[in-house]
Amino acid sequence: MNANGNGGDPILVVDGLKKYYPVRGGILGGKIGEIRAVDGVSFTLRRGETLGLVGESGCGKSTLGRALNRLEEPTDGTVLFEGKDLAYASGAELFRLRRDIQMIFQDPYSSLNPRMTVGEIVREPLLVHGVGTKAEQVEKVRELLEIVGLPGDTLGRYPHEFSGGQRQRVGIARALTLEPKLVIADEPVSSLDVSVQSQVLNLMVRLQRERNLTYVFISHDLSVVEYISDAIAIMYLGRIVEVGSVETIFERAAHPYTRALIEAIPVPDPRGRHEVEPLAGEAPSPVSPPPGCPFHPRCPFAISACSEALPILEAVGASGGDRGHEHLVACIRKGEI
Amino acid sequence: MSRSEDELPSPRGGSGAYAGLAEPLLEVDDLQVAFETEDGLLHAVDGVSFQVAAGRTLGIVGESGCGKSVTASSILRLIPRPPGRILGGEIRFAGTDILRLTSEELSNVRGKEISMIFQDPMTSLNPVFTIERQMGEVLKLRFGLNRAEAGRRSAEMLRTVGIADPEERLAAYPHELSGGMKQRVMIALALLCEPKLLIADEPTTALDVTIQAQILHLIKDLQKRTGAAVIFITHDMGVIAEICDEVAVMYAGRVVEQGDVVEIFERSRHPYTKGLLESIPKKGVSNKSELPTIEGMVPSLHNPPEGCRFAPRCGTREKLGEADQGRCFGEAPQLRPVGGGLVACHFPLGRAEATTEELVAPTPGGAG
Repeated sequence: MNANGNGGDPILVVDGLKKYYPVRGGILGGKIGEIRAVDGVSFTLRRGETLGLVGESGCGKSTLGRALNRLEEPTDGTVLFEGKDLAYASGAELFRLRRDIQMIFQDPYSSLNPRMTVGEIVREPLLVHGVGTKAEQVEKVRELLEIVGLPGDTLGRYPHEFSGGQRQRVGIARALTLEPKLVIADEPVSSLDVSVQSQVLNLMVRLQRERNLTYVFISHDLSVVEYISDAIAIMYLGRIVEVGSVETIFERAAHPYTRALIEAIPVPDPRGRHEVEPLAGEAPSPVSPPPGCPFHPRCPFAISACSEALPILEAVGASGGDRGHEHLVACIRKGEI
Repeated sequence: MSRSEDELPSPRGGSGAYAGLAEPLLEVDDLQVAFETEDGLLHAVDGVSFQVAAGRTLGIVGESGCGKSVTASSILRLIPRPPGRILGGEIRFAGTDILRLTSEELSNVRGKEISMIFQDPMTSLNPVFTIERQMGEVLKLRFGLNRAEAGRRSAEMLRTVGIADPEERLAAYPHELSGGMKQRVMIALALLCEPKLLIADEPTTALDVTIQAQILHLIKDLQKRTGAAVIFITHDMGVIAEICDEVAVMYAGRVVEQGDVVEIFERSRHPYTKGLLESIPKKGVSNKSELPTIEGMVPSLHNPPEGCRFAPRCGTREKLGEADQGRCFGEAPQLRPVGGGLVACHFPLGRAEATTEELVAPTPGGAG
């Protein structure tokens, strides 16, 4: 269900997406292994909805986000955007597809060119794609800056003159210049202070409603993701271990890792302190993932079968999910724990 | 423990139940810290006072630039000079004014009586020495332990902070360890000396939530065992709720509210505290409803607003009459007792519940 209250058609269908990086070493610098940053990810996203991609550092969520826009060449798999395969598109076709898919980055300090004025930064995509006359472009930039809530004199000023929150607004304005259909936001509020974070989240929600935007919202912060998302995918070591509607994930999480992650969030309520032992250990290296389920070495419910075969992502029980969002879990003990 | 400060009256004239909980181990009084910058002197910390008792955890919370980290570093006089300078105030640790110690006396306090851990573990770890060498050095200096004893003690401490195969890790260099592991080694290093006060400056901010939960658990656990006082600096209200007994909320170089953690969360008196808490997305709240925000942004400390520094962004102030608003903009509110805690606001929230005494007592410029 999207912000307008109705589920849209599938805008993005990702199937078996992989991104491996070679690990080089030895005297000749040959390939001695590979990092499986994204290792067979599949999901469907409908128009107007927000998919939250959650996981800890190194789980592959950012690489996945970049592979969706072909900022990273996928190693394998398909990315169908409005039915066209982005993973294999080339040249003019890729250029055209990318107009519709824009990114917002985490660090508004390094993602804006410090030598360009804010006006130039926001206008650049229009120049690159040759959209409109100069007057039309300037008008468009003015309109966008106003929409994202920046003052009128912003146009001729440089990024360093702005605070983090304002810079992120510039980043959002730039992402909207070409009227994209899909926006991939990689930790867009993580570097912002709490009071500014809520301003930017409100802006993103408003823009989504007004423009029927589809978001992939990547974050390590579950409370932010819970607020903004319709569906959530939890990643661990390059794979989705659980996906479902927000309510399903927060109320009926079936994967032990999802539960541990939710349990670990410090709740801003001093009466609700955690008295239980936190999840032990750390995520293993994606260079040498453990056999079987990647989570089994840390999992309190692991049995010997968990170290034998990789669990596949499949539906839990016969519920059929929530509001059209299937609830899928990659755990062989999903029904019993 | 019968030193002369016992007879001294509290600097704030016995500021209610909060200040009198237990005998303070550390008392910071009217701390002023400034930095020389191209644009002139910047007052990063402008009259901050707080206390913390043994076995208690004080959280200092605020957004970037509020002065929380500078306050923490000042306690051990770790402010780089130049450009930084402690302009005034007192920092009394177990009765001794840290600001008056010679550098020799100070190094006896650092790492022995007071330890500090940072967001970036490499602030404390030396990249060219093994973990064993770094931990051994501390134990040799502090307790005069020989190598074998130090090794045993170090391994024990690594195990305490949750590191598996400590013997193996002792031989490692910092870069061979993961971020969470380095953070744990730094904590182990800080705790080797059994400090009376542990200052933790955003120690979990760069860590994943599951690792953060482990570190918080560890600090709580160690405090329970050693009875150390802890000062925990963070921007995360969730972490504050998880670990602290008392909280000081800072805004633009000043403490705006201070008190018991439950009071602060459930009956925030300062509009900034309330705004901060409200702008965190709550469990079960979806994007169908707008998040409450604090409009505007943190003021520049080069040119801080007159009067209350939060006034330009304050939603409570907007609803006041013209004369009252004039007071917010014209007169800096002092930290004063309101409902069990301390608040620096002319018009604190929830005044209807306040006692008559509190309603008549406040006089601008001083508390009682």
